[in-house]
Amino acid sequence: MFEFINFYFIPGVVLGCIYALGAVGISLLFGILRFAHFAHGDLMTFGAYVALVVVTTFGIPAMGAIPVAMLVAALLAVGIDRFFYKPFRESRTIILVISSFGISLMLRSAVQFFFGVDVKVYQRGIQRPLVFFDTLRIAERHLWIVGGAIVIIVLVHLFLTRTRLGKAMRAMSDDADLALVSGIHTERVIMATWGIGAALAAVAGVFLGIDTQLHSNMGWDQLLPLFAAAILGGIGRPYGAIAGALVIGMAEELSAYPWIGNEPLLSPGYKTGVAFAIMIGMLIWRPSGLFRGRVF
Amino acid sequence: MQDLLYGVMMYGISLLTIGGIYAILSLGLNLHWGMTGLFNAGIAGFFAIGAYTSTLLTTAESPNHFGGLNLPIPVGLTASMLVAGIVAFGVGKICLRLRSDYLAIATIGVAEILRLILKNEIWLTSGSRGIPSIPRPFEHLPQPWSELGFLAVVLVLVLVLYLALERAFHSPWGRIMRAIRENETAAASTGKDVERFRMEAFVLGATLMGLGGALTAHAFKFVSPDASEPLLATFLVWVMLIIGGSGNNRGAILGAVIVWAVWSSTELLSRFLPIDWLNRVGYVRIFLVGLILQFILQRRPEGLLPERYSDE
Repeated sequence: MFEFINFYFIPGVVLGCIYALGAVGISLLFGILRFAHFAHGDLMTFGAYVALVVVTTFGIPAMGAIPVAMLVAALLAVGIDRFFYKPFRESRTIILVISSFGISLMLRSAVQFFFGVDVKVYQRGIQRPLVFFDTLRIAERHLWIVGGAIVIIVLVHLFLTRTRLGKAMRAMSDDADLALVSGIHTERVIMATWGIGAALAAVAGVFLGIDTQLHSNMGWDQLLPLFAAAILGGIGRPYGAIAGALVIGMAEELSAYPWIGNEPLLSPGYKTGVAFAIMIGMLIWRPSGLFRGRVF
Repeated sequence: MQDLLYGVMMYGISLLTIGGIYAILSLGLNLHWGMTGLFNAGIAGFFAIGAYTSTLLTTAESPNHFGGLNLPIPVGLTASMLVAGIVAFGVGKICLRLRSDYLAIATIGVAEILRLILKNEIWLTSGSRGIPSIPRPFEHLPQPWSELGFLAVVLVLVLVLYLALERAFHSPWGRIMRAIRENETAAASTGKDVERFRMEAFVLGATLMGLGGALTAHAFKFVSPDASEPLLATFLVWVMLIIGGSGNNRGAILGAVIVWAVWSSTELLSRFLPIDWLNRVGYVRIFLVGLILQFILQRRPEGLLPERYSDE
């Protein structure tokens, strides 16, 4: 029982929290700009490496580097939007998908240029897990990640429900034309969406780096689960994306539990496949997602 | 002097061979994107399916991987097209009715899952070690002739595919495809079965990508899970088609040859650099190709050879 909680359930929650931070951005961007942002995973990578620079320069723990990573990633995303995505506002959105596909490779090759392709970590050495009730083991980093994710998601919730800009963002995600005629500054909303989406992606990247390690492909490899989470939750539904992310994260970790017999149900090498299978299932039976998002 | 000339000739032959294989991939993508407006972001997936199918059928028996049936190469090539087509049919069944973004995500998914399978199922593919000694047509001939023979095979395939696609393009079938691309609702209102036509284009394009993968495996005589690496297979082909001119088969071929020539010659140039710069220059190269793609998308979205409508 405790083995299940320690080695499958808790990692599932942690992974779900990391996915949630990335998927909220993907879902908001999909809802507002109407395109699948393929460079989102690489924004995660970028954020993680910005934090690495801060960590190695100032010698502070990675959690402390998160605000810097958020800010730099947000500025970068707003800049990318200005130079590479804005010219296509009136074009077919699929052109934006191609463009973001190119951006994802540019970001990755920039990271590889400066940091190489070797695996890096924020902090060396083995961290001993905290032990509760003699059997429940939780790694300290997992507590930080889950706690951090909850704080950030509450902040995003307050932003979306309490501020003018946040309300405008939800309005635009629901119906862009209606938002435009009711006098919402669409460009300002788009800028804010990029800033928030990228900042959240940067946090997700740092958390992923804290949980495992940093690698130039770390973000790209998360793209599939992120999209799966966004689709599962319903496109344009940030809360749905959070729920979807938790489901995907749990499903990926729990798929390796020996449910039948002593062997893992599914070889851990196929974790990503679980996310993909869930996504395909959703696309077949309920493309609007669990929370009735939009289907394009 | 003669040695140098010989070297240049051999380099030219290999450049044209790989360029020709890329032209086949680019023609396949043109069928998807240029003609029908289907966004396939997982070219690498179909490419790897083709590469491994042909490899497993045509190599000699080996304890390291499944298959090794020692079949003739044409059988391998045909099978690679078939298998890629069947997988495309499955993906298409699920995704073609949704908007193209979903197809893009699903095709990336197929490519990524395939990479997991290629790496994990060691009994089938011998894992990350890859499979060596894949036969190549005409390899028993002496040196320039064996390379020339393979080049001829590739060029004939490119020519045949080009002629066939040009016919398809200007046939009623091709017109329906473009009608669907431009306005799906209007095409459907004239009684066309949009989903069926899309499926035909998707499956056909995927067979070409499978063929391209199989030819690459035979050209290098080696295949590994890196075949499904999205950079070389998916991204370069997209850049080729966009630069050449999507919707135009000649543009697809031209783009493939130009981009491959630039890509491989810059690799050659970077060999003169100190060794610790070598890897870094590779990343600069990818970055620049990305930048060129952005430039073309914004400044000349129709590419070098724009789509022609004069015959209609």
